Amino acid sequence: MAKASQSQTEAYRRQQKKAKPPVPWARNLFWAFLVGGLICTAGEAVLKFFMAQGLRADQAAVPTSAVMVLVGSLLTGLGVYDELVRLGGMGAALPITGFANSIVAPAMEFKREGWVMGVGARMFQVAGPVIVYGLVASFAVGLVWFLVHGGTR
Amino acid sequence: MDYVWAFLVGGLLCVAAQIVADGTPLTPAHTMVLFVVLGAVASGLGLYEPLIQFAGAGASVPLPGFGHALVQGIIQESARTGWVGLFTGGLAATAMGVTAAVLFGFLAAVLFNPRG
Repeated sequence: MAKASQSQTEAYRRQQKKAKPPVPWARNLFWAFLVGGLICTAGEAVLKFFMAQGLRADQAAVPTSAVMVLVGSLLTGLGVYDELVRLGGMGAALPITGFANSIVAPAMEFKREGWVMGVGARMFQVAGPVIVYGLVASFAVGLVWFLVHGGTR
Repeated sequence: MDYVWAFLVGGLLCVAAQIVADGTPLTPAHTMVLFVVLGAVASGLGLYEPLIQFAGAGASVPLPGFGHALVQGIIQESARTGWVGLFTGGLAATAMGVTAAVLFGFLAAVLFNPRG
């Protein structure tokens, strides 16, 4: 296959940029703020519930994440969360409910490809990278911390 | 007041992510990865814990809170068990969220069918 020349590639890029509709910034940011803020407010209510059971704030954050994941999974199963992502963009994707959505949606979608290579493999399409780079970054940060603060222990 | 700060901080983190997703070539998935990494780095620098103290779920529910939980788990475990904690602390601290997501993901695949 012939390779496109530099100028052809540039021309294509320019054309593509022109063809893309402009980003409706005000609308996108407004809905991201509202949807993300409301999900976190709901999370705060769950957090307060577990703190009322006698858990410290940092301890209560653990079951809170599980409850938020349950709610996100349920809303994804019912087809509601994908609408929320369409409306709120990153406002729905960034909270842990969106992490749950990124696992549940492909798990349902790829059932037709089988339970192992469909559901089992595809559910980590987005969650996999999040966990991989989360672990790599946190290991690096933890190692630096350990060498600076804890190495003498 | 706690609810107001949770709403504002959580909302603003999502706005920041939306700016990245709309204003750069990064996809939403790339943005999610980026924010987990940013949360881990901010946690190591001691910047994220004050935000959690201030905004509660507004800081712990968005994905940077996941990066923060990983780092704090590693720091606490390695203070207790030495270098072994570098390997065990992160996943141990986030086990409930990750296990819940995989479990519910599987159950949803059993119970529900995608629309369309």
